[in-house]
Parts: sequence; structure tokens; C-alpha cells
Amino acid sequence: MCLAIPGQIKTIYDVLGMRMGKVSFGGIVKEVCLAYLPDIAVGDYTVVHVGFAITQVDEESARRTLANFQEMGLLDEEFGEVG
Amino acid sequence: MKYLDEFRDGELAQRLAREIRQSATQPWAIMEVCGGQTHSIVRNGLDQLLNGIVEMIHGPGCPVCVTPLELIDKALKIASVPGVIFCSFGDMLRVPGSHMDLFRVKAEGADVRVVYSPLDALRIARQNPGNQVVFFGIGFETTAPANAMAVYQAKVHQIMNFSMLVSHVLVPPAISAIMDSPACRVQAFLAAGHVCSVMGYRQYNPLVEKYKVPIVITGFEPLDLLEGIRRAVLLLEAGTPQVNNAYERAVSFEGNLPAQKLLSEVFEIADRTWRGIGKIPSSGWRLSEAYREFDAELRFAVSSIRAEESPLCHSGEVLQGNLKPNECPGFAKECTPRHPLGATMVSTEGACAAYYNYGRFVPVESIQ
Repeated sequence: MCLAIPGQIKTIYDVLGMRMGKVSFGGIVKEVCLAYLPDIAVGDYTVVHVGFAITQVDEESARRTLANFQEMGLLDEEFGEVG
Repeated sequence: MKYLDEFRDGELAQRLAREIRQSATQPWAIMEVCGGQTHSIVRNGLDQLLNGIVEMIHGPGCPVCVTPLELIDKALKIASVPGVIFCSFGDMLRVPGSHMDLFRVKAEGADVRVVYSPLDALRIARQNPGNQVVFFGIGFETTAPANAMAVYQAKVHQIMNFSMLVSHVLVPPAISAIMDSPACRVQAFLAAGHVCSVMGYRQYNPLVEKYKVPIVITGFEPLDLLEGIRRAVLLLEAGTPQVNNAYERAVSFEGNLPAQKLLSEVFEIADRTWRGIGKIPSSGWRLSEAYREFDAELRFAVSSIRAEESPLCHSGEVLQGNLKPNECPGFAKECTPRHPLGATMVSTEGACAAYYNYGRFVPVESIQ
């Protein structure tokens, strides 16, 4: 459960006053809370833990980490358990 | 199991391992605090790669592992209350309490749901105003901002049928507890990268000053871990303990300030009991006075539940690095991932489960 996965922000919107967005993790798209990264923009990359963006990362390192995680089967582990 | 040379970065990994080997003039004992790192180290055979040079001691940084048995019993009790929808991260469902686990309570008719995020539990509360919805809020500093936001939103929007069973723990007091133990063999720490993404790393400086141990902020992938170990070895060899950030791409000195702001509003520091270790003063968070009405422990009056651990389990020694999982007499015999007796076998990120899952049944000779 401690995994944090990098993804790219696709859209940003507001839900009941909370900054939310859709984030793509190598093609798997999830809704993520962006409240803790008030300056992050569409197209930027972020590290996401239990549905929350906790830090911004650059594109190259995000892609590299995602490739590693995919290779190790960690994306399935993280997103496989729940719908 | 994948070995290092199968990765695209195999060559770079071998180079880092070579540099570590060349830098080390003596064997060093380094603790990786985080369970995710333990998992990655064992899965990728990094400890075997560095055998005889660096001994990796597996630390207590698996929140599922260190959540005390009595809190599991409290969760089971709350989940069994009619009308309660009990929400949890998936890994907590398999963790046995004194008599059963959440899976069994669910099979017996309780409404137990696995969620990906605490905000999912909050949504369930909105959609089911006639039910009490409880979220099992465990975790280290990485997970705390998510749980804090769920409680904050519940208060702002007055979602009064939502509450949280909180068992939050913190890394720095755990490092202190390990260093204060008379049996401590740890000479340097790899600090968990994503904990520091949230909290920054200013809080590690006093620990370095007090205990004279290098602390290297480290990521989770094989190359990150090897780089963290390499830097720790260089600091140990030079005799210059300091905080070093080997995970700059995701960690700044300050950390995530908006997250820290909400954390300090929603939570307050509290003593916490760590499964396998015992009570560590000021080592966790509980809901602050302003948010205490959302505390499930109080709402369901389960504060008085107590539990007894199995006497066969040595997870406390494993969590403090004084015993390797496969040196425990119960390992892979009475205690397996299907029938875990204690903290470190219950979660896939626990050291005992990692050793079991990756076939480490035989102890390697200790380097000290």
C-alpha cells in the first residue's frame, strides 16, 4: 500500500471545492486529488499515493519509473485489487 | 522472480554494486526503513548482490505490519456492528486479529469494502446517509495527507456518518527507538523517499546529530536503492554522518507544505504502540481536538479492547534488525503468509513475507 506511482495529469477540475484531476498511469486513468499541489498543471507529471498527488516529478523520471513498475508487475498490484 | 541483470538498467546496477564493493573497506549494516524498499531489495536480490559487503537490515516501515493487534480487533468489532460500512485498503483485510480477520467478518455478512483512496470511503458515506461509514486510516507520513483530507472534507461538508479508525505512525521516532535499543546494530539508514516527499527532510538532521548515523533519503526502484546504499557507504567510510538526499527528483528539503499544513490541523502527535516493538512515545498521530468527533474509536466505544500476541512470534526482533526472518524458529513452519503469527508476515511488504515469497528459507551467514 505504500507504493506511489507517477502519472501524467490529463484534466483538472473542482469537486465540492476540492482540486481534482484525471491522471494517466501508463494508460490506466484514475481520479486523483490535486489539493496538495496547487500549482501543478495539465501535462505535468506527479507521484500519486492512495489517490493523492504528493509531489511533482519531471517527465523523464516519471516515464522511467512507470516502465520499471510495469516490468515488475507493480501497476497490476496497485490498481488490480479495486475497480 | 526477476534478477537485476534482467532489467534494462542491469548494467548500471552492476556498476553501482561494483562501486559499493570498491568503496567498502569493511562490512556495514544499513537499515532500509520502508517496507516497500524491503520488498524491492529482496525481490531484486540486492541484499544477495551485496552479500559480505553490506548487510541490509529490514526496518519497521510497513504500516500494515506495525498496526497493533488490538487495533485490528477494534476494526473487527466495528465492522461487525449492523449498519456499518467498513472501508479499508486491501492489504488490511487479510491481517488476522485475535480470532478472525476482516475477510471472515465480511463472509459472515458484514459490509466490508476495499477502497483505493480514503476519498472513496467519504463518497460511500455521502451515498449512504443511513449507514455509518468507517475508514481504517493506517499509514506513515506518506498516507497521512490523504486520510487528513478525508476527515477535513467530512467536517467541512458535515458528513457526520463518516468516521476514521486512526493508526498513524511516524518514521523519525521509530529511528530513535531503534537507535536507543541496546542491541542496535544499525550503522546507517535509508529513509523512505515518499515519506520525505510529504515531510521534507529537516526532521532528520537532529537524528544524525544525536546518533551520528548517516541517513540517506532513497527511492524504491533497484537503481534508487543501490544509489542510496552507495551514498550511505561513502558517508560511513568517510566518517561523516549527515543527511543526504538520493531521491532529489521526488523530494525537496521542505517537502509538501500544503500537505503539512493540513496534517498539523487535523492530527496531533500521540504515543503509539507498534506491533512487534511496543509503545514508542510521540510516534504517531491521532485526530486533533477539532476533528475528534470523527474518531471511530470514540464513536463506537472500542477504546478498551486489548489483545495478546502469539508468544511464538519474534517480529519485534525482526523489525529492529536483530533477527533475520529465516532465523526465527516459527518461520515457514507455524508462521506463513496464509497463517501469519505476527507483524512482519502479515503484509506482502513485511520482511518475513518478503523472505517467504522470494524463497529465502535458509539464513545467509551474518556478516557481523
